[in-house]
Amino acid sequence: MSAANAIEAVDLRKAYGEDVQALDGLTFSVPAGTVFGLLGPNGAGKSTTVKILTTLAHPDGGSAKVAGYDILDQPAQVRESIGVVSQAGGLDREATGRENLRLQGQVFGMGGRELEQRIDELLEQFRLDDAGKRLVREYSGGMQRRLDVAQGLVHRPKVLFLDEPTTGLDPEVRAEMWDEISRLAGAGLTVLLTTHYLEEADQLAAQLAIVDKGRVVAEGTPDGLKRELRGDAIHVELGSESADEAAVREALARVEGLDQIIYDENRALHARAEDGARTVPAVLAALDGADLEVAAVTVARPSLDDVYLRFAGRTFGEAESVDDRRRTGDEKKEAVR
Amino acid sequence: MKALHDTRHMTVRHLMALWRQPWWIAVSLVQPVIWLLLFGALFKSVTDIPGFGSTNYIQFLAPGVVVMTAFFGAGWAGMPVIEDIDRGVIDRFLVSPVRRSSLISGRLASWSLTTAIQSLIIVVLALIVGATFANSVVGVVILIIEAILVGAAFGCLSIGLALLIRKEETLIAAVQFLVLPLSFMSVTFMQKDLMPSWMQTASDFNPLNWAVEAGRGAVTAGPDWGAIAGKTGLLVAFLCVCAFFAMRAFRTYQRAV
Repeated sequence: MSAANAIEAVDLRKAYGEDVQALDGLTFSVPAGTVFGLLGPNGAGKSTTVKILTTLAHPDGGSAKVAGYDILDQPAQVRESIGVVSQAGGLDREATGRENLRLQGQVFGMGGRELEQRIDELLEQFRLDDAGKRLVREYSGGMQRRLDVAQGLVHRPKVLFLDEPTTGLDPEVRAEMWDEISRLAGAGLTVLLTTHYLEEADQLAAQLAIVDKGRVVAEGTPDGLKRELRGDAIHVELGSESADEAAVREALARVEGLDQIIYDENRALHARAEDGARTVPAVLAALDGADLEVAAVTVARPSLDDVYLRFAGRTFGEAESVDDRRRTGDEKKEAVR
Repeated sequence: MKALHDTRHMTVRHLMALWRQPWWIAVSLVQPVIWLLLFGALFKSVTDIPGFGSTNYIQFLAPGVVVMTAFFGAGWAGMPVIEDIDRGVIDRFLVSPVRRSSLISGRLASWSLTTAIQSLIIVVLALIVGATFANSVVGVVILIIEAILVGAAFGCLSIGLALLIRKEETLIAAVQFLVLPLSFMSVTFMQKDLMPSWMQTASDFNPLNWAVEAGRGAVTAGPDWGAIAGKTGLLVAFLCVCAFFAMRAFRTYQRAV
């Protein structure tokens, strides 16, 4: 493994029961000192990846190193080097914020003045100075989330795992969390962030891997991934019932400069064009000529949603709803929390 | 050393939670008071049955109530563990360097302290309603130790079950299923010689019964210290088995994550 990588996962596999293949050969690596995003819909395998890399769960196959230590052979060293903020958080609601941080430090062998100073520092950093003495039960959602992150940092880990750090937060509070997280970058800390918010990955991650059905389908910087798509995204919703894929594709075959055509089950057509504004009239004319009725059309600069569509072959929203239905009751409970 | 340190920190966590809800101890004393006052009064005349031996039923019942209260309470030890699982607290500790065993021993340590306090209060209440405890302080201390041992053992069992089933409803059902039969198949309420013979045999294998017999023996005049030591030894062995079960349950839990 390269010394510059804080995380290296190779061909990770994990199945739950016989039906759910959570990870299906997941491979990626995270350069030290960067914020790396794992982006994918619910059920794509992000949380399972975090559970395996943090030594909580055992992979069925594959290997991984975190902070230079093998997760299977050196789990104790891995645990010493990482901070983990899980989706559930893991706070003791019947204790104060300060007590939570103190216990976390103590299990990492910290104590005395050094620990109390570190706690003061973190409470201040996460704007919880006044709340430190109050029970966590009385905290707002945003405060709890900030304490979650503070808790992951008490022992100054080398690698911080943030599993869906802003799920369930109000947009306003989410923006605040983003500020906190971007401030963490630098100072040598490596952050692995999982999210199903495209915007969040775009904002925070220097590098990202797009995960779908337990595999990495694309990897790169957010801008690089978008640039790779070249050109604008054209989305057309077709009105006529008779619009089957073959007819649509045949109609569009004559349109010049149209690329990467995808036609999904909701009678929506996604394609890319070097110059969207100039291509749209030709597309509409071609569809009209084939008696295919158009309900709506949009042209947009590439977004991460388009990147996802390109590599996973479906839109992000679709993947979310399909995978939601497929998930087990337990995981749903998790997501609600 | 690390295990001891971690146990201490975990114990502090649970004691702080208890400290914030001291009324919980009062609530847990409602049942023993009912046993002592109502049940004790209701069955006052069972001492008239030839062969019962003891002449004061409260006197007979009090050590049993002390042990049984610890036993009943221990059955619920798994409930806060399920809450910890649901809130991600257990998972947070499992990805830290904390010793797994301290997650159990910390609970047992704070639980034992609670049991000691409860037991003392019940002893005082029993004294007020007319029971006497022979062998003075030593007897009462041994009685409380038996209560702590049986509480710790069934506490481990409840924690282990909690880790395996991870559902409060199922745990409640499992505990209910165990608690009453074990209570009645013991000498808590009735002299052993007056029990049906199959029940006498069953009670020989009932850890709760070992604790009641040893605890009652210790506060009765002319105690058979050898028999008490024997039952205590059995209880310690049972506690070890239960602790082993709880540790195994931790592994099974982690495999299911």
